[in-house]
Formats: sequence, structure tokens, C-alpha cells
Amino acid sequence: MSAARALGAILMREAARFVTQRERFFAALVRPLVWLFVFAAGFRAALGLSIQPPYRTYITYETYIAPGLCGMILLFSAMQSSLSLVNDRESGVMRLMLTAPWPRWFLLGAKLLAGALVGLIQVAAFLAIAALYGIKFTWAGYGAMLPAAALSALMLGALGLVLSARVRQLENFAGIMNFVIFPMFFLSSALYPIWKMQESSPLLAWICRINPFTHGVELIRFALYGQLNALALAVVCGAGALFFALALWGYEPARTKG
Amino acid sequence: MSEPPALEVSGLSHSWGRKTALSDLAFRLQPGRFCALLGPNGAGKSTLMAVLTGLIRPRPGTVQIGGVDMGRTPRAALAQIGVVFQAPTYDLDRSVAANLHYFAALHGLARPEAETRIAEALARLGMAARADERVARLNGGHRRRMEIARALIHRPRLLLLDEPTVGLDAPARAAITAHVHDLAADGIAVLWATHLVDEIRDSDDLLLLHQGRLAARGRVDEVRGATPLHDWFLSQTGVPA
Repeated sequence: MSAARALGAILMREAARFVTQRERFFAALVRPLVWLFVFAAGFRAALGLSIQPPYRTYITYETYIAPGLCGMILLFSAMQSSLSLVNDRESGVMRLMLTAPWPRWFLLGAKLLAGALVGLIQVAAFLAIAALYGIKFTWAGYGAMLPAAALSALMLGALGLVLSARVRQLENFAGIMNFVIFPMFFLSSALYPIWKMQESSPLLAWICRINPFTHGVELIRFALYGQLNALALAVVCGAGALFFALALWGYEPARTKG
Repeated sequence: MSEPPALEVSGLSHSWGRKTALSDLAFRLQPGRFCALLGPNGAGKSTLMAVLTGLIRPRPGTVQIGGVDMGRTPRAALAQIGVVFQAPTYDLDRSVAANLHYFAALHGLARPEAETRIAEALARLGMAARADERVARLNGGHRRRMEIARALIHRPRLLLLDEPTVGLDAPARAAITAHVHDLAADGIAVLWATHLVDEIRDSDDLLLLHQGRLAARGRVDEVRGATPLHDWFLSQTGVPA
């Protein structure tokens, strides 16, 4: 019972912060919408997409990148949570949480859940606007997408935790955004199918295939069509568990400099 | 059996890489006593505080809070400690009450119980009228008082304060020092890290930390003898207080 209260407090604090930072929500929403409305419109003609699972017919480019943009939202949101952790750590607020009488896995897990929740709210808002624009999925698809997106959010959030454990300063974090977010996003199946990448570079295609973000996106993509991509599920869960273990190791008291 | 000491440290050492920060510390704190942890900057006070709050784990050494071992049962040990960190640890854009409720929930207190204890703790520090103010609107002294009130909500046995008066003006410093002495008189054990001798009274206990070692300990008036504390500190450390 008291564990639930502590968890609730951490979730509520994160949610309250998110609500008070309206510009953050706005920015998080505008980014994928620009990709959807502008980038996709421009590339629609350039990229011809053949039929590939889970699609049964030819699809527009906008339809193709919608799940990728959900992934992008989760990726940015996870890194933003990670940034707020670095901030908490620098400002000292983190110490208050870490000296609460709970095991670290519980406290970091609560932070992870809080971050994932914030990411899912953004994805829901994005899909609602995409639906108004004409990119719709079935209700069953939306229903199946929710746990898929939640798992992807947790996996990316855990990666953010690992980074926040290693990064000491906010300035360093800007570099990590460039070296983590952009490669993860562009070297994935979010914007183009991997077979397209294979045509230009087998090496890059191989990197795309082992990128856990690709599997997060594919898990969401298949779920939106009511299908389960078992490989993607396995990779997302495995990578998520690995990242969380690394984060716990990074936040181990013996390694914490305060 | 008599009550265990509020804090018992033994054989405690810690290094940051090759640099030794703490070397073979051993001491006890009794309930109801105000103990000043005095030392020049860089003496190891903050490292000791980080060890006592479980943020870093000492090797070797043991820390017991009210007889509970921090290494073996950190949760039970942490539940008995109230901490005021040197760096501020609050959300500026939320109210005093919201900050305290966050802390109470973090410690697993139910809402009605939390309400009562928060009201008590704020009243104790003369902050009752400010519960609904945003922390950003408070001055430094009141922010510190809020943090002390917060550290009392879960009724700890031991109150740790790491240079809590840094950056405050003289009246605010004096008020906070007096408040915390009163808390000790009511029965809680206080460990107050500082490098300022005017925050310490003759009836307090003293631990002098210098270059990671305990250079002196005992009741202030007994330790310093006839020498003023300021001069005594200078003679022990070579650093003016």
C-alpha cells in the first residue's frame, strides 16, 4: 500500500511537471506533425512502397511513417525524461528520492513508468490528429497499439536511464541527443523500409536490423494492424530488460558520486 | 536494555579513486543531542553525509541508525533518517504543501496522516502560514525551514543537515540554528555539518573532521577548554573558521 503511494507520488510529480510545461507538449506534438504533413508530402512521390507485411495493399507514405513517428515521439519523450533526471540530479532533487526508504530498482522503475506514461499521452494526441488528417486505424488496432507502444516507451525510457546515470552535465546531454536520437531514428525502419536501405547499403541495413528502435517501431506498426511481430516483441523486451539492468548498475550506490 | 545510539559509525573509510576522503572513522550519536560535524572545506563532511544517507556505500565500515545496519537493511535504516541536503531539493514551481506531500507519499504515508504531520512539522518551524505559497516566492531562510520541516514528517530518529545555513543572511542563520537546537532538546539526534563555529553552542557535542580523519570529539566546552572555539579550530586545522 505504501509502495503504491510512493509510486503514485512519483507519477503525479512527473505528470504535474508535464502539464505545467505546455510548450514541451506542444513541441513534442509539432515535431512529428511536421514530418507527417510536410516531409511525408514531399517524399510521397519520391518513395514508391511495395506491399510488405503487415500491409496488404499499397499504402501512402504517410501511412507508412505514422508508426515510425509514434516511435519518434516515444524516443524524444524518453530522452526528455532522461534530461529531467540529469536535471534532478544536478539540482539535488534526485537525492531526496534516492534517500526514500525504497530499493533503487523500485524508485528508478517508478521514474521509468512515469516517463512512459507521459510518452503515451503524446502518442495518443498525435494519433488523434493523424486520424483527423485521414490516417486512421481500426479501434482494435489502436487497442493493440497501446501495450506495444508502452513496451517500446519502457525500452527507450530504460535507455534514457542508462544515459542519465552516465551523464553528469546537461551540456553533455545535448551531444548525446545528437549521437543517440538521430542515429537511432534514421538508422531504423521508421522512415523507410529496411529493404530500401538494403538496396543502397547492406551495412546500413544491417545496423537498422539490429537497432532496438526499429523493433519498437515494428512492434507498434504490426500492432496497429492487429498483428503481433514476435521478433520485435522479443527484442524490445530483451533490450528493455538489459537497459534497465545497466541503469541499476549505473545508479548503484558504490558508483554514485552524489 | 538501553536504547541504541541514534547513529553508530565504525571503521568507516572511503576513497574517490586514489584520493582518500574518509579514513577509519568511528563515533556515536545519542538521542536528544546536537552534534556539530565541524571541519574546513574539503575535510570530507559531504562525503560522510553521502555515506550516512546511503547515497554511497562505504568500503570498509558500518553505519547503524538506531541499531539498524545501513549496509544490510538500507530501507529500515533510511526510514529513521531525516535529511537536509546542502543543495536545495525542492520543486520551485510547486507550493510548500505540494512539496511536503510529495515527500510524505514517497515515504508511504497515507493522505490524512500526512496532512496532520505536515501541519505539525510546519508549525514546529514557524511555517504554518506559508503552506500554500509557491516555493519560488519564499526567501532562502524560509526555504531551508521548509526543508527541515519536510525532514521531520516521517518522525526520524536522526536528523542530518549538511551545511544548512550556506547562503543565508545572519538573522536567518541564527533562527535556523536555534530551531534545530530546539529539535534536539525535544529528543531527536542531530548531526549538523558546518565550517562556521558561531553555529555551535558549548553544550553541543563536536566531531572535528580534518583531512578525512576525526581530529577531535567530545562536548564542545570540554574539547576546547579555555580557548575560544574559533581559535581552537584554527590551532587544530590551520584554517580560520
